[in-house]
Amino acid sequence: MTRQLAPQPSTKPNRPPGPAAKIPHRRWTARNRRDFFVFLAMALPNLVLIAVFTYRPLISNMYYSTLDWTLGSPSATVVGLANYVTFFGSNDAPKVLGTTAVFTVVTVGGSMLLGLLVALALNAKVRGTTFARSAVFAPYVLSGVGVGLVWLFIFDPGYGVLAWLLRGLGQQSPQWINDPQLSLVMVIIVYVWKNLGYCAVVYLAGLQSLPQDVMEAAALDGANGFRRFLSISLPLLSPTTFFLLITTMLSSLQAFDLIRIMTPLGTGTSTLIYEAYLQAFGAYNRAGYSAAISVVLFAILLVITVLQLRFVERKVHYS
Amino acid sequence: MTSLSPVSPDPTAPAVTAPEPGPHRDRPFSRRNLVQTVVGGYVPLAIATLVVFLPLLWMVLSSFKQAGEIVTTDLKILPEGLNLENYRTAMTTVPFGQFFLNSTIVTLVGATIKVLLAILTAYALVFVRFPFRNFIFLLILVALMVPPQVSILPNFILIAGIGGKNTLWGIILPGLGTAFGTFLLRQHFRTLPASILESAEMDGAGHWRRLWQIVVPVSVPSIATVALVTIVTEWNDYIWPLIITDRPETMTLPVGLTLLQNSESNAAGWGVLMAGAVLVIVPILIIFAALQRYIVAGLTQGSVTG
Repeated sequence: MTRQLAPQPSTKPNRPPGPAAKIPHRRWTARNRRDFFVFLAMALPNLVLIAVFTYRPLISNMYYSTLDWTLGSPSATVVGLANYVTFFGSNDAPKVLGTTAVFTVVTVGGSMLLGLLVALALNAKVRGTTFARSAVFAPYVLSGVGVGLVWLFIFDPGYGVLAWLLRGLGQQSPQWINDPQLSLVMVIIVYVWKNLGYCAVVYLAGLQSLPQDVMEAAALDGANGFRRFLSISLPLLSPTTFFLLITTMLSSLQAFDLIRIMTPLGTGTSTLIYEAYLQAFGAYNRAGYSAAISVVLFAILLVITVLQLRFVERKVHYS
Repeated sequence: MTSLSPVSPDPTAPAVTAPEPGPHRDRPFSRRNLVQTVVGGYVPLAIATLVVFLPLLWMVLSSFKQAGEIVTTDLKILPEGLNLENYRTAMTTVPFGQFFLNSTIVTLVGATIKVLLAILTAYALVFVRFPFRNFIFLLILVALMVPPQVSILPNFILIAGIGGKNTLWGIILPGLGTAFGTFLLRQHFRTLPASILESAEMDGAGHWRRLWQIVVPVSVPSIATVALVTIVTEWNDYIWPLIITDRPETMTLPVGLTLLQNSESNAAGWGVLMAGAVLVIVPILIIFAALQRYIVAGLTQGSVTG
């Protein structure tokens, strides 16, 4: 390492933040060779782990999805697309896809809308916003299992706080657990509670980066707060809205912890991810069928991700 | 989940701090102004904060209540005393101490290795010359988009096949590859001024020394962000430990809590379950309260485009 007497600025790969690939090709010098091995030593463990535990499963899933295979059984029969035909041909598809759609649309809409309202509250020029910001974000980092149990107790039709409040109003508590549709409502409420803080903080960052001069000009022109919000803030926030739409949609489609802990049987709450789990690790051990559902889920996630990438590309292009 | 937009994850940057109170248009203490501030400012804030805190407060209060205080239609808000009976029951019904230990080991070992791998990979991607470096980075970016949930079945078959079922290494291993940390640190390393590394290189410092003596020390906030987000994720991780363990000796806390839920299924068990929930939630709540700016910055990273 004592060989370099003269600085070689052209070989510095760390000129920020321009494109990093502008390094001229050089001879296979001792230094290049050393860099080659240094790179492998540093990056290879991580790259191998990602390849084995992230990329390989995608391909394995596609293969498993063509099998009639009971998890744990040593033998499996290749059945081609039969698992997909079973899924889309049976009552499972409309039920599971419908539940997934309702859960995703309502949780995304709910947490974004409430998140925006909370962000507006956090954007007020009063003391205590920093504390409140942390407070509303907190549920997002807490264990879904712990949070699910706490809310299950609150929703308990016999001894929960909610039942007690409803009794005070002369109402009977709904059967949150036994009624499949109410189960879904219950899980959605808790999911929104857990995730709206994330939307709020992201929206708040968006609100605080709005150009102040535009807002002040509108205020001078006599636009009231609501009008300013509707005609200026909301349109200017559209990149934030799109970002949140994508990220919350991706995480709603992957929601597992709350569904598992609040409705273990998945009655009324079996989304794609939960159905894939139940089929493989529930009572039936249908590995091939579960893999097929996972592939369907992955296809949906892929479409959303591609949408996001295209949007980012376009935005970069136009700005 | 993150978008592709490169944004500095440095949580010390005052991106989302509370705005300084601007110049007042009216007299600050006029009646109209006061009412407006309270109704428009404090009431929504208070409601938002309470909606978050009340359920958690209820969890803590209930964890001290005896069965008789819970199984009653006459709701009592405060427990009769700081009764630790529920915690004792939770510890003896299921091996909660063991779960706590397992969760701590899985979190610390997993997070340490992940952060190290992220630092090394990000350094290599930014500072070490290698063919197809950008293509490799692209592969890592795509991995960021692949949800771990769709990988559980193939990973279960692989890990169970090599004897990892009901082992701590079986819980840790599949999550070790880190696309998130690598991405976040790479974005940060690219913003470091080249000059500090050039002078070190002239002094004859190799990659290893440049990494640990220059790059890491100046990147502490970003590394802390990655570390904290990783710790929180590992601690809360549920679906993978749930399927790879079915014996209490190797269960982590969230999985153990599921076990407790199954054995305390009657109404009298709510107090015990709340005690269990406290043990899972409170450690993260404490870490979050102390270091929230790093965690928030890490988790909402990528949100402000450009």
